[in-house]
Amino acid sequence: MTAPANGGATQETPAAPGQKGTRAMGIAAFAFYLFALVAVVSAFLVVISRNPVHSVLWLILTFFSAAGLFVLLGAEFVAMLLVIVYMGAVAVLFLFVVMMLDVDFAELRGQLAQYLPLGLLIGVILLMELGMAFGAWEFSVGHEAARAAVTPPIDQVQNTAALGQIVYTQYIYPFQAAGLILLVAMIGAIVLTLRHRTNVKRQDVLEQIYRDPAKSMDLKDIKPGQGL
Amino acid sequence: MADFFYNTNLGIFLLVTGEALLVIVLLLVALAFLMYADRKIWAAVQMRKGPNIVGVFGLLQSFADFIKYIVKEIIVPAGADKPVYFLAPMITLVFPLIVWAVIPFNEGWVVSDMNVGILYIMAASSLVVYGVIMGGWASNSKYAFLGALRSAAQMISYEVSIGLIIIGVILSTGSLNLSDIVHAQDGKYGFFSWYWLPQLPMVVLFFVSALAETNRPPFDLPEAESELVAGYQVEYSSTPFLLFMIGELTEVVFMCALISVLFFGGWLSPIPGLPDGILWMIAKMAFFFFLFSMVKAITPRYRYDQLMRLGWKVFLPFSLGWVVFVAFAAQFGWFGGAYARWAVGG
Repeated sequence: MTAPANGGATQETPAAPGQKGTRAMGIAAFAFYLFALVAVVSAFLVVISRNPVHSVLWLILTFFSAAGLFVLLGAEFVAMLLVIVYMGAVAVLFLFVVMMLDVDFAELRGQLAQYLPLGLLIGVILLMELGMAFGAWEFSVGHEAARAAVTPPIDQVQNTAALGQIVYTQYIYPFQAAGLILLVAMIGAIVLTLRHRTNVKRQDVLEQIYRDPAKSMDLKDIKPGQGL
Repeated sequence: MADFFYNTNLGIFLLVTGEALLVIVLLLVALAFLMYADRKIWAAVQMRKGPNIVGVFGLLQSFADFIKYIVKEIIVPAGADKPVYFLAPMITLVFPLIVWAVIPFNEGWVVSDMNVGILYIMAASSLVVYGVIMGGWASNSKYAFLGALRSAAQMISYEVSIGLIIIGVILSTGSLNLSDIVHAQDGKYGFFSWYWLPQLPMVVLFFVSALAETNRPPFDLPEAESELVAGYQVEYSSTPFLLFMIGELTEVVFMCALISVLFFGGWLSPIPGLPDGILWMIAKMAFFFFLFSMVKAITPRYRYDQLMRLGWKVFLPFSLGWVVFVAFAAQFGWFGGAYARWAVGG
């Protein structure tokens, strides 16, 4: 594992990248090892912590460290999206669900030992597959040229703009298809939960707003001692 | 000397730390007086005197409150999840503070002039909600938990419309950098070349969303005193409670700064002849803080279902439609290129 070469993590000063990049290497390396260590440790704690809410909180820390690693790679747009989408939205929903569930923690612990061999097996298989994939990795002769054809040079275009140019030209159809799939999933969830029951009183906002005070109240003059 | 600060690890580290400390310290001192101003304005609307005992005109009231909070005893509720319980107020304070890193106070006066500044703001402010949820959950109290759920739902709902409104500004500017957004508003008409004019309906929506996002009245439902006592922070006392208070107020002031930068030209001067500078930025922030205080003083509280309906059924469709409108207006240069500022020389 080598530290990323890009020292100026957020590319704050495009005017003098070289100067900062070479001298500030130490900080970048330090930050890389810090984020990597925190990511690994907190990912481990997601699995072993006793309380599911704590697990989700560790998961959030894992996401955060991953975002830090993305920033070090110079992909700050992806890093910020990771924080906004995963930590700001998905993990909040996770946390809601876990907090609302009435889970028996002790029973859950007992089942962990039961599923441990299966989990370990899956982990080992994944590791082997990764090893095989990267072990047999061969670059074709023209890979640099092929990569350069789609990617604008990183020192000339900001990565937000670069990503936009690629996603909205080269990959417009897959991108739109991904959006369509998400839309279908959303509509599906709404259809599943939407029920038209007739015997339920519903709130009609417009009706409430347009109610006429003169018509909604009926004032009666009641004589003393007579009643209605 | 300059060589040491710009070219060595230690120098850069010291420089950045010094900048950050300077911003935070000035901000916290300003918060003390803004808190005082808030109470004075509120009192004036209700024809009271407000704080007037500690110091001249009660100016030191906030500092007295600060010392009072610090020296009180910290009471941890029975059955509370201690690490999470104490982490929650820290998160609530830290995330509103770190977003100030990207706010430009003047030409080049910014701690980190990163090119995804707006996204950084949205990322950091979407994490503030964790302080609320964790605080409510870890207190081991029904009131606090219900308050936390309410508050979290409210913050997430209004974050969506705030994000869409900001996208309108980004589309006009063609950059996610806050300094670029201010530069794009630099025109020869001064006050009238800022974004508030082309983006007018969104300024109102943003202001209302900012009120809801920061749990300010009339949207202070999480801490609705009459129903939920004080929402997610009901079990907190002493310094942790103080951290919640400071965090919330920091976020309010930050929203003032964000409105100033996005729609009202940041450090630019409203009159073409006058010089630009940090004083304009501070004046704008103070003005918007005054508006926040006035809204707090003169509006009754919303009902929770009304709040949710306003967020999802009014603000969200309206701001989404606005994004589409701005996209077309910017692309085809309608209204003399008022929406395409990257083209007219921003």
